[in-house]
Amino acid sequence: MELFTNQVLAGIATGAIYACMALAVVMIYQAIDHLNFAQGEMAMFSTFISWQLMQWGIPYWGAFIIALALSFVGGIAIERILFKPLAKAPVLTNVAGFIALYAIINSSAGLIWDFTIKQYPTPFGSSPFLGSQLISTHQAGMIGVTVLLLIALYFFFQYTRIGLAMRAAASVPESARLVGINTSWMIALGWGMASAIGAIAGMLIAPVVFLEPNMMGGVLIYGFAAAVLGGLTSPFGAVVGGFLVGIFENLAGTYIPGVGNELKLPIALALIISVLVVKPAGLFGRHIVKRV
Amino acid sequence: MSAAEEVVAEGHEAVEAVPKRAMTLGTGTSLLVLLLLIAVPLFAKNFVIFQLTQLLYLGLAVLALNILTGGSGQFSLGQSAFYGIGAYVTAVMMEQFNVPYFLCLPVAAVVCFGAGFLFGQPALRLSGVYLALATFALATAMPQLLKLNFLEKWTGGVQGLVVTKPDAPFGLPMSQDMWLYYFTLVVVIAIYIFSVNLLRSRSGRAFMAIRDNEIAASAMGVNVALYKTLAFGVSAAITGIAGGLSAIAVQFVAPDSFTITLAIQLFLGMVVGGVGWLPGSIVGAAFIIFVPNIAEGISKGLSGAVFGVLLFAVIYLVPHGARQIAILGQQLAGKLRKN
Repeated sequence: MELFTNQVLAGIATGAIYACMALAVVMIYQAIDHLNFAQGEMAMFSTFISWQLMQWGIPYWGAFIIALALSFVGGIAIERILFKPLAKAPVLTNVAGFIALYAIINSSAGLIWDFTIKQYPTPFGSSPFLGSQLISTHQAGMIGVTVLLLIALYFFFQYTRIGLAMRAAASVPESARLVGINTSWMIALGWGMASAIGAIAGMLIAPVVFLEPNMMGGVLIYGFAAAVLGGLTSPFGAVVGGFLVGIFENLAGTYIPGVGNELKLPIALALIISVLVVKPAGLFGRHIVKRV
Repeated sequence: MSAAEEVVAEGHEAVEAVPKRAMTLGTGTSLLVLLLLIAVPLFAKNFVIFQLTQLLYLGLAVLALNILTGGSGQFSLGQSAFYGIGAYVTAVMMEQFNVPYFLCLPVAAVVCFGAGFLFGQPALRLSGVYLALATFALATAMPQLLKLNFLEKWTGGVQGLVVTKPDAPFGLPMSQDMWLYYFTLVVVIAIYIFSVNLLRSRSGRAFMAIRDNEIAASAMGVNVALYKTLAFGVSAAITGIAGGLSAIAVQFVAPDSFTITLAIQLFLGMVVGGVGWLPGSIVGAAFIIFVPNIAEGISKGLSGAVFGVLLFAVIYLVPHGARQIAILGQQLAGKLRKN
């Protein structure tokens, strides 16, 4: 039983990483209706910017805020420059655009900061949390930030004018335009916010997985999986999905014989798919009804 | 976000409708392309011939994805898995059981058809990004499955398998590369003709009806479940043949050749060639083979970025892929004829 509890705790700790990323994925999905394959790379790039700022002597929180602001502006710029012209193009063409963006960011980061692995500081320290060896204070801090972010987003979308406008623009663009919402800018705003949330995720994840251009590859896959599991329409679902995926993954690695590190991912994904077969819109997602 | 249901109005299909006549080339153009494909190797070096062979079998794999996505509207990131199965079936049969290579391909096709058909079953319940995730899971699992210990006796584990390149039969005065090129060409043309006819048949119409509107299709009496899994099966079978051809041409199979990267390349090939336009598959294959090399030539350190920029350039100029160029060309030819 103790093994089980420990594995669940360890799962929650890794799950916090996935939850963070999943939240960013859901944000952009809400705004643009696509999964952004370059999301992880954008987060990685933001993290590198904050690292660079710290190298230049700016304190952690200063670098954090500046990186956040730059990511927000950068996200909007990417949407305005690269993806607005593709708004009318077929969906699959947009997906190809994300792949192109992925390649560009990954390769540029490699050229600017090279591929060596770098240490990244944490503001929470890394001593054991409440005497448990499995969760460090950093991971506890990460869970805390994720939950705070979720609450903030909930209030933003539920009670502010601009949050409401963004939801309207995402769900019924035609009617939203009729009531005077600038839907095109709402999309750009969605990109900016997703990029900023991704930056937070990146800066929280970096102390755990270390900073390098490919750090997000694995994390993004789990983030997608978590977002899909929780339901792509629900930020809350995404966070729950993140923790569930973390726990799944750890338990599968421990209890199913013959599963090494390599088979963990396929097994977690297979589990997620079995859930989706039963609940096609994810655990907390809205069921979308199609009109013929 | 309390609204329980959201209604999506029509006209937001994931894959745009391509009328079935627009899916192929005219007879004249087809013959011209065929003539070129036959003639070029006679004047080329062995390495170029090898690249052309590569072009053909990757084109075949893109074509398979095109039937699935452009034809039946289902999206797959798992094509690399079927490609890998095909390659391994071919390699294992050739090397461990000494079966002649041309008999391995049909077996690879049958095995992959079965795998695709079975995978299509759970995939029935999923669509869009959910289907993408499911197929993605398949793609990430495949290299690991190929490395499994109890299969190592046949597959050679992480090391992979070396495949012997076949000689030209009947004492034909041809290099191995050239023979393999013509062999691949014959297989590819046969499958191309099969695919064109498939999409023009009753089954093809059913695929397209499902692509354009699943509910309407089922109301018209199309067996949606059957045709969706069938599309998966056919696509997997053709991908398997492509994989088998690649195993023979590259003379080597290893688990890490069949990762998600391959599936993404095939996807890019489909987009660049034009979704739903079968002849575009070869253009798409050319893009994924040659553009990374060109990018590397422009800048070694930034090759990924250059590739990305080139990809952006292509999708800006022709968001519908090579099909758009072909349509423009046709219109131009039509105008010239009138004058």
